[in-house]
Amino acid sequence: MNCQLAPDNILYGNGLYRLLYDAAGTLLPCWLAYLAAGLVIIFILVNGVLLGAAVITWTERRLLGRFQNRVGPNRWGPFGLLQPIADLFKLLTKEDLTPAGADRIVFALVPIAMVAPLILMTAVIPFAQNTALASLNVGVLYLLAISSVTTIAIFMAGWSSNNRYAMFGAARAVAVLISYEVPVVLSLLGVVMVAGSMSLGQVVEAQALPFLLVQPLAFFVFLAGMSAELNRTPFDVAEAESEIIAGYHTEYSGIKFALIQAAEFGGVVVVSAIVATLFLGGWSGPLSEYLGWLWFLLKTGVVVFLFIWIRATYPRLRIDQIMAFSWKFLLPLSLINLLAVSLEVFFLRGETGQLTATDLGIMTGINLVLAVAAIAFFGNLIRRRVKFETRRPAQNVVPGVSTIEVS
Amino acid sequence: MLEDYFRQYGLIAILALVAVAVPTSMLAFSWLASRVGIRPANPTPVKLETYECGVETIGGAWNRFNFRYYLYAILFVIFDVEVVFLYPWATKFIRLELFALIEMGVFVAILLVGWAYAWRKRDLEWGS
Repeated sequence: MNCQLAPDNILYGNGLYRLLYDAAGTLLPCWLAYLAAGLVIIFILVNGVLLGAAVITWTERRLLGRFQNRVGPNRWGPFGLLQPIADLFKLLTKEDLTPAGADRIVFALVPIAMVAPLILMTAVIPFAQNTALASLNVGVLYLLAISSVTTIAIFMAGWSSNNRYAMFGAARAVAVLISYEVPVVLSLLGVVMVAGSMSLGQVVEAQALPFLLVQPLAFFVFLAGMSAELNRTPFDVAEAESEIIAGYHTEYSGIKFALIQAAEFGGVVVVSAIVATLFLGGWSGPLSEYLGWLWFLLKTGVVVFLFIWIRATYPRLRIDQIMAFSWKFLLPLSLINLLAVSLEVFFLRGETGQLTATDLGIMTGINLVLAVAAIAFFGNLIRRRVKFETRRPAQNVVPGVSTIEVS
Repeated sequence: MLEDYFRQYGLIAILALVAVAVPTSMLAFSWLASRVGIRPANPTPVKLETYECGVETIGGAWNRFNFRYYLYAILFVIFDVEVVFLYPWATKFIRLELFALIEMGVFVAILLVGWAYAWRKRDLEWGS
C-alpha cells in the first residue's frame, strides 16, 4: 500500500521516519501505519531520555572525578558502567518517606510533574533527518512552554515538603528560573528570525552555517540561561548542599528521589539536544543522509560535555550575583542580539526574502565582533557593580522571634 | 492540512499519556515493593519529622516570603508578555517591510525604558 503524508509536512522528506512509515504501510492500513511509526518514535524518545539520564549520571561522575583529580565510580562493571543500575536498585530498596506535616498529594505528584514535561519536550526535536514525533509549526514556542512546567514542579516540591530549607530552595529556584526565562526566550528570537520559522526541522535546514557561528551572543545567552534553568553548578543556589541541605528535594527519598534525580540528569540530555538542534545544526552532517542520528548524538554529546565542564570549572554564585547576571548582563546581551540580527536580516535578505550562505557568512563576521565587544562591555559594567555591593549587616535580630524570611 | 494538524497533536497526546504513565508506574512499583517486603516501610514519628539540622524541628515552613521575589515576578511578567508579541513578528520578519521593524523597535524601546527605570531605582539589586 502506498500511503501519502501531507505534502507540507516536513516528515514527508527522506529519512528514518519515512522508512519506518513505508515499512509499516506495506502491512497495515494507512492510519495504523501512521500510529505504528509514531509509537516506535515514542518508544525511542522515552527510552532515549531515561537511558540518557542513566548514562549522564555515570558520565558526569566519572568526568567530574577526572576534573578533580580522582577516579570516580569504577567498581561495578567495566569502568563502573553499571553504577546507574546499582544506584537505581539501591534507591528502589530504600524506604520512601513522606514527612508527617507534608501536603501528601502534592508531595507525591512532584516526581511525575518533573519527569513528564521532560519527556514531552522531546516530541518536537528532530533527532534524525526529517524525523521527529511531530513537526509542529510552533516548535520553539512549544519547547519554551513545556520547559516552564518544571518551575511549578520545583515549587510544588518545596511547598509540599513543609521543610524550611526545601521552601528556601524552591523560592530561590523560582526566582532564578523566571529571571533566566526572559533572556533565554529573547535569545531564541534571533534564531527564529533567521530561520523564518518556529518549526525545529526548518531551523535545522536553515543552518547552512551553524547558528553557533551566526549568532554567538544568542548561543552564549541560551547556554548560560539553560545552565541556570537546570539548576547546575554556577547557578545551583536552589539546592546548594553547603547552605540549605539539598534545597527543594531535601525530604525526598527512595524512588521519588530517584525520579527527581532522573529528571535533573534527563534535563541535561534534553537541553543538550535542543542546543544541538538550534545552534549546532542538529542532524545535518556529511556522509549518508541516514546517518543524521549519529551526528545528532555526537553534537548532543559535545554539549553535554560542555555542561559538565562548566560545572567542574565555576564555583557557585551568590543569589544577588545570579540575579545581576541575568537582569544586567544576559538581558542586554540578548536584546543587542535581537537588534543586530533584525537589522542584518532586514538589509541582507534578497528579493525573495531568503538568506543565502554568503549572507550568513557576513552575519557571522559582524556578530562575532559584536559578541566580543558586548560581552567585554557589559562584563566590565557588572563586575564593577557587584564588587561595590555591600551586604547590609544583620540588625535588630531578636533571638527567639520566629519570623523567618526567605533570602 | 487540518487532518495533519490533528495527527501531529494526537501523537503528542499519546506521548503525554506515556510521559505521565512512566513515572506513575515507577511510583506504583515502589508501593508494590513495600507490600511484598522488597523495601521497608515502617515509619516512626521521629523518622517522619522534617530534617532541619539534626535536633527537633521547630515550627513549620509555610511562612512569609521576602518581597524581593515579587518585584522580579512583575518584571518577568512584563517581559514575557512582550515575548508573546515578538514571536509571531520574528517568524514572519524575513518577509516584512520597514514599518514592522520600526514598530517593533518602538515597542521594545518602551519596555527598555521601564527596565532602565527599574535598574535606576535599584530594583534589580537583591540586597537593597
